[in-house]
Amino acid sequence: MADKSSSNAYWAANIRLIKICLAIWFIVSFGFGILLRPMLAGIKIGGTDLGFWFAQQGSIIVFLVLIFVYAARMNKLDREHGVDE
Amino acid sequence: MEQFTLNLLIVGATFALYIGIAIWARAGSTAEFYAANRGIHPVMNGMATGADWMSAASFISMAGLIAFGGYDSSAYLMGWTGGYVLLAMLLAPYLRKFGKFTVPEFIGDRFYSPTARLVAVICLIVASVTYVIGQMTGVGVAFSRFLEVKASTGLYIGAAIVFMYAVLGGMKGITYTQVAQYVVLITAYTIPAVFISLQLTGNPIPPLGLFSEAKSSGQPLLATLEGLVTDLGFKSYLNQADTTLNMFLFTVSLMIGTAGLPHVIIRFFTVPKVADARSSAGWALVFIALLYLTAPAVAAMARLNLINTFHPNGVGGETLALEQIQTDEKLDWVRNWEKTGLLKFEDKNGDGKISYVGDKDANELTVNNDIMVLANPEIANLPGWVIALVAAGGLAAALSTAAGLLLAISSAISHDLIKGQLNPNISEKGELMAARVSMAVAIAVATYLGLNPPGFAAQTVALAFGLAASSIFPALMMGIFSKRVNNKGAVMGMLAGLGVTLVYIFLHKGWFFIPETNSFSDADPLLLSIKSTSFGAVGALINFIVAYVVSNATEEPPVEVQELVESIRIPRGAGAATGH
Repeated sequence: MADKSSSNAYWAANIRLIKICLAIWFIVSFGFGILLRPMLAGIKIGGTDLGFWFAQQGSIIVFLVLIFVYAARMNKLDREHGVDE
Repeated sequence: MEQFTLNLLIVGATFALYIGIAIWARAGSTAEFYAANRGIHPVMNGMATGADWMSAASFISMAGLIAFGGYDSSAYLMGWTGGYVLLAMLLAPYLRKFGKFTVPEFIGDRFYSPTARLVAVICLIVASVTYVIGQMTGVGVAFSRFLEVKASTGLYIGAAIVFMYAVLGGMKGITYTQVAQYVVLITAYTIPAVFISLQLTGNPIPPLGLFSEAKSSGQPLLATLEGLVTDLGFKSYLNQADTTLNMFLFTVSLMIGTAGLPHVIIRFFTVPKVADARSSAGWALVFIALLYLTAPAVAAMARLNLINTFHPNGVGGETLALEQIQTDEKLDWVRNWEKTGLLKFEDKNGDGKISYVGDKDANELTVNNDIMVLANPEIANLPGWVIALVAAGGLAAALSTAAGLLLAISSAISHDLIKGQLNPNISEKGELMAARVSMAVAIAVATYLGLNPPGFAAQTVALAFGLAASSIFPALMMGIFSKRVNNKGAVMGMLAGLGVTLVYIFLHKGWFFIPETNSFSDADPLLLSIKSTSFGAVGALINFIVAYVVSNATEEPPVEVQELVESIRIPRGAGAATGH
């Protein structure tokens, strides 16, 4: 196992990344899809508004991108901190 | 060729494939039985997870829920996919590093408490058994509608197939069968959707078709649909009818419930490395999204087709004549589905016509949610082989989820109860035999419950998600992200979250789901506008708070447990861990 300070730094970097990803996760689904939908009502798309699109399609696409970005960034962090397998 | 022969051929061919896989992928060790020897490629595991996760509810019911619920039902779409973001970042990689076989095993070790492990086993079994009832009844319905056998006969056939590959192959057999079942179910779901999208919008990609113009009106499809439903007096398709609070909490509950369902989590124990667990969650969501991006398109288009069928002359014009339903070949599906009781019509005012409108007193047609996907190809007059494919797809969705749930149940019994508590010295061979016997018993119980579904079967799905959300997800997350939460905090937290959620569900659905014993209803719930199905999120919050407060008031966890937490946070060394 890597030494203590290096693994602490690795964990802190992981937590930072998770916070950023979950903030985006929250904004696109709970935000644009539900809470902020009235504010986006003016932006029209395909017979409805942007909030409806995020609720039924957009959020799922963003979730997908988020997981792959997280996985790729973590692989890089694993190597940088010498904790990869 | 007759429709019945086609159905038999296509369903029979898929079943032969599953049996072939069962014979090829036998398990020889507990590591193979519980975790496929941790040798599954992450993309393949993603595909298997897709089939594992997408149940009869996703395949058969979800599009119907959206078709009749409109925007409000978006909670299912976001909730059942957003959970994978939580899995990928908060649970899967660390539990894979932990390197054991079951979810209760982690909870027992991390919280150094057999009680915690037992509470987790109970939650797991209750959540998984309630879930499996729905799959088994789904198998029965699909068989009776498409293969013209009794629902019970269909159930026995389905159970026999699952028995073959689950008892022989354990996780190994289940994984490869689920890959095959995914291919069957996604093909079956998308082909009719492509046809219908082409018919209605000219766009062959359903998720794009949903936001395109409808050929019939030259207006956007969704605007056309919205115009029709509001003109006919139905609730709006695009506007929100639910309260924002309830929709928010319902989505949270579905997301954390998804992340906390044990049969999904254990799929991530089968990949070789921690990094694979992360990417595999992404691949799982790719394969799930193929269906979940198609579902809202299927929903809107099926609803439009349904309305147009019963209003052939437009809103305000003459509605469908009763006589035409009896004679028109194109309307065979109405008669076929009427036999199942899932579609009902009654000419209340005796004018010889069936009117399908929002006003409850004037409406003469009721359509069950579950028909929308199964009858969709018939409504759109698609060729017979497409209808047969949908039958095979529905069965694949139900069987693959049932197998995953049964594995979670049987490994909790053989590994957590028998090896963990009753007989820790059991040999590897003995445990493998115990796992197979538990699996066989679990299948027998599931079949029995499928044949005699408790009256509350439909309601208990809320229970499964509520339990996973309020007990399992918070315990796992705190076990990984906090070194301070101790045995007392975890047990008290789980019991508090679980207890409050159960009481809230029982207050609204009846005590132990016995009708008439409820004090409130979801139409007028106890707290604000929070329905019992949305309460898992509140239960989870209570779990977090109780665990935090109790842990901080009591002693720190022992050093070796803190070291365990340190080690699961770091990927290096996962390959070496095998589970003993």
